[in-house]
Amino acid sequence: MTDSFLIKSVTDQFPDAALASHAYRGDATVVLRRESLLEVARFLKEDPTTQMNFLMDLTAVDYSTFGKGPALAFFSSSGVSVRPTPEMPDQDPWPGPPDDARFAVLYHFYSTTHKHRLRLVVPVEEATPEVDSLTALWPGANWLEREAWDMFGVGFRGHPDLRRILMYEEFDGHPLRKDYPVNKRQPLIGPKN
Amino acid sequence: METNPKVETTPASQRDPVDLETRDMMLNIGPAHPAMHGIIRLVAKLDGEKIEEVDVEVGYLHRGFEKMSEMVDYNGVIPYTDRLNYVSPLINNMGYCMAVEKLLGISVPERCQYVRVIMSEISRVSDHLTCVGATAMELGAFTVFLYMIKAREYLWDLVEKVTGARLTVTYCRVGGVKADLPEDFAEPCRKAFEETRKVIDEANGLLTRNRIFTDRMNGTGVISEKDAISYGITGPFLRASGGTFDVRKDCPYAVYEQLPFDVPVGTRGDNMDRYLVRMEEMEQSMRIVETALRDMPPGPVLVNPETGRPIPAAEMVDLAKVGNIAAVSGGCAVTGPTLEGSGRAQHPSIATDEKRVFLPPKEDAYGNIEGLMQQFKLVMHGHGVRPPKGEVYLPVEGANGELGFYVVSDGTGNAYRVRVRPPCFAIMSALPKLLKGGMMADMVPTFGSVNMIGGELDR
Repeated sequence: MTDSFLIKSVTDQFPDAALASHAYRGDATVVLRRESLLEVARFLKEDPTTQMNFLMDLTAVDYSTFGKGPALAFFSSSGVSVRPTPEMPDQDPWPGPPDDARFAVLYHFYSTTHKHRLRLVVPVEEATPEVDSLTALWPGANWLEREAWDMFGVGFRGHPDLRRILMYEEFDGHPLRKDYPVNKRQPLIGPKN
Repeated sequence: METNPKVETTPASQRDPVDLETRDMMLNIGPAHPAMHGIIRLVAKLDGEKIEEVDVEVGYLHRGFEKMSEMVDYNGVIPYTDRLNYVSPLINNMGYCMAVEKLLGISVPERCQYVRVIMSEISRVSDHLTCVGATAMELGAFTVFLYMIKAREYLWDLVEKVTGARLTVTYCRVGGVKADLPEDFAEPCRKAFEETRKVIDEANGLLTRNRIFTDRMNGTGVISEKDAISYGITGPFLRASGGTFDVRKDCPYAVYEQLPFDVPVGTRGDNMDRYLVRMEEMEQSMRIVETALRDMPPGPVLVNPETGRPIPAAEMVDLAKVGNIAAVSGGCAVTGPTLEGSGRAQHPSIATDEKRVFLPPKEDAYGNIEGLMQQFKLVMHGHGVRPPKGEVYLPVEGANGELGFYVVSDGTGNAYRVRVRPPCFAIMSALPKLLKGGMMADMVPTFGSVNMIGGELDR
């Protein structure tokens, strides 16, 4: 089962839901409209041609500073990025981060029957950082969604128990957001900075 | 441990006068408790000795791995990956480096892939030894624990020979490994495996038919294959339930396709099957290492043709400083054991030939201007490894299951986002399901068979 088949089966089934797709470095990826996530996930799980029984990973990326990093040292203009060698398929260039959405929530699926993988990317705006929860389809999504909430502040509609998981209840902010300073300390006892 | 009587009594008016009053008990276990190997808190609701509900609280070892990875360059993340699953750090090293290599679009030489596979299989054996030993110890078989740690010691001696460190190895580099295997590695490896097999046999004799052990392992902590998959459980834990998924077989990476090994699969999904699967996997991992050592392509013979010996790096610097380039060119530098593993030199058959990714061999950095420039460009800030913009996910088979690295690059010298999929996170999320309805005492073997590693669970 090839990557293009997987991408095609999702985009054909849900022509309105899929915003974009690519197979950068051989990772089949479909960018989805937020509203249709649950529908597409159910299709991926139940359709006999896809049968994604594993929700391997669920995470988020904060794209707010993508490409806006501090300028490099003046002599580094000659630093070249590395050319890919022919061994890796690179017919599909990476389309870049989702345009005006700050966050992207990512789902990595795997099928033990067909031995294929698919990544779903759901762009999420900063104003309403919320997507549908997949806990009804995969109970394993429970903790993964709690972690994404804890680290990025992205909510999950329909999650049975959305609380922090790695940080403590009193923690203020979401540490993996790009605007959270890396050296900020929030000890429960003692001075804060 | 503190007990906390919960007020949930039947009102006196509804109570049968001859009935004894019963109430549920909330039992708090952890965060630091002798029966838990790791910092984790369980809050159990008990009805007598039966667990009715359990809430698992993790995060006590959270160190911000993913945040720190965004702050350092690509090679700088490797020491952090050592501390994810600190019982088998070489697998984490390999997974992370392979993810960045996939992002860069480069591949490493075959000998390097063999070296990585050998080291990660040795790590897998030591990980399983620790897990089985700790589980046995918690059930009272302290001897087995000591035997297993003895065997782990033989394996860590091997790791030390190769990497120069025992625990925080930092052996892989983006684009290669830091040094080749020692010259006569097959021999100590054979000896260590011989000893390890003896220990496994001994442990097998002490545990597998031991009434005390089997009574507590059989039929406890049962999970079906379907449930395990829905929780995202992989690795030996899933295979004990009957699932056959193994990343090394199903999505082969490195040279696993060329190496023969079997994937042991259980049927009942209980603690006993998980123990048996782990015992068999150790044998299979040793088989992989033995085949790999036999089949791997040879590296070059590393002696200076003129003197018949390698040149120590410090001596090479002195020679190069006084302009005696003729004496160092063509030789290979050997650094001290703390710097360069076993004192082995760097050479092309264990690292990619992509000059923009991998540091040059020391003799080039000291001996010619091209090597010096390459070293400078890679080490100076803003010049290091700079993958093109993109995102990749790469799974490897960790000791507990699928260990995935998801890396996003924005084209600069630091990763934009590094995400680890820790295998025991999924297993821990299923822990309430595993424990519910069981006896309080069954918690100990079940928790032992999860092989919770705080470093990768909490990151």
